[in-house]
This record gives sequence, C-alpha cells and structure tokens, in this order.
Amino acid sequence: MGMAFSFLIVVALIMVVTLGVGVAGLQYMFGVIIPYAAIAIFLAGMAYRVIKWARAPVPFRIPTTAGQQKSLPWIKASTFDNPSSTAGVIGRMALEVLFFRSLLRNTKMELHQGPRLAYHWEKWLWLGGLLFHWSFLIIFLRHLRFFTEPVPSFVSRLEGIDGFFRFGVQGLYITDIIILVAVTYLFLRRVVIPQVRYISLPADYFPLFLILGIASTGILMRYFFRVDITAVKELTIGLVTFSPRVPEGVGILFYIHLFLVCILGAYFPFSKLVHMGGIFLSPTRNLPNDSRARRHINPWNYPVKVHTYEEYEEEFREKMKMAGLPVEKG
Amino acid sequence: MNDSRYIITGLIVFIVLVTFPFWANAGKAAPAPAPSLDTPAIQQLPEKQCVEATAYMRTDHMKLLDEWRTQVVREGKRIYVASNGKEYEMSLEKTCLECHSSKAQFCDQCHNYLDVQPDCWTCHIEPKENK
Repeated sequence: MGMAFSFLIVVALIMVVTLGVGVAGLQYMFGVIIPYAAIAIFLAGMAYRVIKWARAPVPFRIPTTAGQQKSLPWIKASTFDNPSSTAGVIGRMALEVLFFRSLLRNTKMELHQGPRLAYHWEKWLWLGGLLFHWSFLIIFLRHLRFFTEPVPSFVSRLEGIDGFFRFGVQGLYITDIIILVAVTYLFLRRVVIPQVRYISLPADYFPLFLILGIASTGILMRYFFRVDITAVKELTIGLVTFSPRVPEGVGILFYIHLFLVCILGAYFPFSKLVHMGGIFLSPTRNLPNDSRARRHINPWNYPVKVHTYEEYEEEFREKMKMAGLPVEKG
Repeated sequence: MNDSRYIITGLIVFIVLVTFPFWANAGKAAPAPAPSLDTPAIQQLPEKQCVEATAYMRTDHMKLLDEWRTQVVREGKRIYVASNGKEYEMSLEKTCLECHSSKAQFCDQCHNYLDVQPDCWTCHIEPKENK
C-alpha cells in the first residue's frame, strides 16, 4: 500500500517536471525558482529542527551503556561503549557517525527446533547502509564540480579515484554502481523481510524511490542520454553566483534530476532523513556515563517544602508526651 | 541544558559548509566557455558544420570518439558515414584536429570548466599549440 503510494508520488513528480519543462516551457521555474526555494527550505528547516532539539532539556545522563562502566582501576572499562569522559564520547560519536557502530551490533533472533533460541550476526543492513551513505557523500562532493569555478583540487582528486574504472572513454564512477545496488538492497529488504515490511510506512519508501530516481536519472544523463553539460554548469554557476540564467538546450533529463533533488532537499528537514542532524543530538550517544562520578542536579528543581521528623517532634512534643507516645528528645 | 552553544556552533559550521559554493564563488564572474571557431581550416570551410550537428557534438562527442575508437582499433574500419551521408576518415588527429586545431580552445576550455580529465593524450600526440 505505502509502497505503491510512494512510487506513484515519485512518478507524479517526474510527470510534473516533464510536463512543466517539456510542454509548458517553465525552464526558469524549474531551473531557478524551485532550486532556490528548495535550498532555502532545506537550510531554514534544518536550523529549525536543530534549534528545536537544542531547546529540549536533557538534565541527566542517559547514555546507552553497551560495555563495562569505568569503575575500579583493575576493572577494564569500555571506553567507547560506555564512555566516561568527553574524549570517549567524541570517539563514540565519530565511530557512530562515520561507521555506524551501533548498527554493526545488529543481531537477528531466531527460534529453532527444540525449542532453541539463536542469535545471528546480521551485518547486511550495516553494510548496505554504510555503502549507501558513503556513496551518497562522495557523489554529493563530486557534484561540487558544477558549483565551483575553479574546481577545488580535492574534488578533482575524488573524481580521479572514484572514476578509476572506464566506461568507453569515460570514467565509470564506482559510487554510481554502489549507490544503486545499496538503495536497491535497502528497498528489497523492506519488501522481502515480513517483519520489516509490516513496519514500513510511505515515509520509508518515498525517500528510497526518490533517491533511486535521482541516482538513475544522473546515471542515464552521464552515460547514456547525454545532456549539454557545459550549459548545465552555466545554470548551476548562475545559481550560486546569484546571477541566474537558463541556457538553451539543456535536456529534460537534467530538469527531472534537478527537480527530484530539490524535492529531496525540501523534504529532508521534515522527514526521517533529518537523522543527519539528529545523530549528533542523540542523548543516548553523546553523553558520558558519569552519573556515579559526578552529581547531576536537575536545574529546574524548585525548593521542596519539607517537614522533617525533628521539626514534627518540636511541634507536637507536649501533645505526644501527653498521649504517651515515645519521643526522641526529653 | 547548557549545551546550546555547542549545538549552535555545530549548526553554524554545517550551514557554512553546505553553502560553500555560494561564498566560494561570491563576487567572481565565471563566464561559460565560448570556443572561438577562428581557425584557418574552419575559415576555409564553405559550410561551418562538424561531422554531425553542433548540438549532438556538444553533448555526445565523447560517445562518437569512443565509437570511432572501437571501429578503427577493433573493427579496422576507417570511414565514418555521417547522418547527412558525408564520409569522413575516423581519425582524431587527421579529421578532428584538422579543424579544431587549437587544443586550448576546443578541448581544454570546456574540460577545465567542468573538471573533466579525458585520457586522449596518453596515446595520441598532443597538437602543437598555434595561438
């Protein structure tokens, strides 16, 4: 259900831009206005989400503890899985953000004959996720060649490494293939595994289809149905220098690609994709486990009015004596 | 609670990084390449027309060159019949560079603009520049 719905939305988006550019001739709309709007929504949306998270109070340490806490000197503490210091937290966060360490711990539970419970290593999701995210990052950075003039040397070097293999006389970007395979895997996993399929929503399928659409239009445009790449850069450079112009004769495939990217950018801050920012703000990951070493006092604790036993006895001593109740002070 | 300054710093770093193309290119004019067609061979042509239409050559020249490479090196065919029926010898140095004699104008300008690094000149002899 959600799958068909998401797929139809992506198809509808492609139809919109195809009709808009191909039939109605709205090149300026899809080439300039929508990209600017998408960038603005992306930046403002990300700032809004992050600031909203920053306002949420986190008075206590609530890290997930996945290893031995720092204790007596002869007990070996787990620096990254149960960090006790800022350095440990930085290490834990770096490993989490760059290598998805907590996903590597993923296990699969199965009930066998017997009955016997077994836990398997399940590394495919970690591998698929890692390949997808790294390919996406490299592809994103590679695209800087369209947005900078002169092109920074690190972009050229990245292209050189990524385009090590050849397709005809062109460099074949290995990340182009990896991202397609990885996204397809991440999609198939949702379809094939019944439990995952059961919890999958349109919001899970839509980004996958959108990214698949972006990657495939990009690949088609680069290797098969070429567009005038010089004109494309004229357009993109026009955007970043705030002197937008729409050159003649850029293929429709480019506008489809650009429009889907704009949709992704504008959708980003308001969807699950915002985990790009959220990962840094996960209190279960970014806090050191020092609750026993340091006392954390809730900063908005109001002074609680207490009435201690001593005060109680002061107040009622005579009455207690008369009633024959024992008192502590004569 | 008192982490706001770190979070805001991180957010600012993120926004600065994401908007890199905007401030890196700020105030710079980056004119699109406009190769000059003024070479002796082109001037002598009665009709200024490449082997195929200009739009096709702009987008697909690399595919054409790849096709020529396959035809010549692997099939041993040397004659290309263009879509308008004209015949050309499939040769980068003899046919392409005859008219497009300036590598700086016709190759490097766009390739540098788009940071494309073709490896034509690892086998072919780079033309001597006639400026």
